[in-house]
Amino acid sequence: MVQYLPAHLDASFAALSDATRRGVLEQLGRADASITELADRFHMTLTGMKKHVGVLEQAGLVTTEKVGRVRTCRLGLRDLAAEADWIARRRQVWNQRFDALDGVIETLKRQETADGRQEE
Amino acid sequence: MGDRKSDGRTAVDRGSDRELVVTRIFEAPVKMVFDAWSKPELFKLWWAPKSNPFALLSCEMDVRTGGGYRLAFGRDGAEAMVFFGKYLEVIPPARIVWTNDEGEDGAVTTVTFEDRDGRTRLVMRELYPSKEALDESFIGMEDAMPEQFAQLDDLLASLAASV
Repeated sequence: MVQYLPAHLDASFAALSDATRRGVLEQLGRADASITELADRFHMTLTGMKKHVGVLEQAGLVTTEKVGRVRTCRLGLRDLAAEADWIARRRQVWNQRFDALDGVIETLKRQETADGRQEE
Repeated sequence: MGDRKSDGRTAVDRGSDRELVVTRIFEAPVKMVFDAWSKPELFKLWWAPKSNPFALLSCEMDVRTGGGYRLAFGRDGAEAMVFFGKYLEVIPPARIVWTNDEGEDGAVTTVTFEDRDGRTRLVMRELYPSKEALDESFIGMEDAMPEQFAQLDDLLASLAASV
């Protein structure tokens, strides 16, 4: 079967698969922090932390802003719950519509079968 | 909540920042599914689900490249919302592309019908002019409900609650 995982959720799940990155999100939930502060807190090199923040940023979970020499990180604007809800509502509408279309198709198929029998 | 029976069969995804993609397999040949999308007498049987507070009052569709369509929904015989646009490309039974001209920032909708061993894989793409337009796009009549009806519903609900 084809996996229907939206690309952005794919990125989100990948980003969340790492314990350090989950810790960073938790930390940023309490307060904004610079990369240096995060690196210190998680006992990592600056380069290592930059990579983690980069992944979180790519997934839209974190935004960063450089002011002077300090890059400040904060929780991203993407609200995962809102995003999921946005998709779910569209899916509900289209699913209802397509269930009704399935019904129409069933009727068409029965008609076709009945017509076929008449021609025999 | 809606019917969950076949929830797993309709896939909804953001194809890109400004594109919504809906995919589903139908247990019927391409020609039949295409007919259900292009013949108004069939189309009107399914486009507006029965749970919809508004009925589809009229459905005019001239499904050919350059043709137009007009769908009017309403309540108690009065038109509440009209959807209209033009068919940019129609290739029976494989592809229909149309504009949605009822509002600003309308999407261009592309529906493709692919044969999958006698079944049909349907992909519907709505391409909006911007990310913001897709974020704020409405989906059904529930969303498109004109303000006065929403207000009336709120009023009725508050009246009911205060009794």
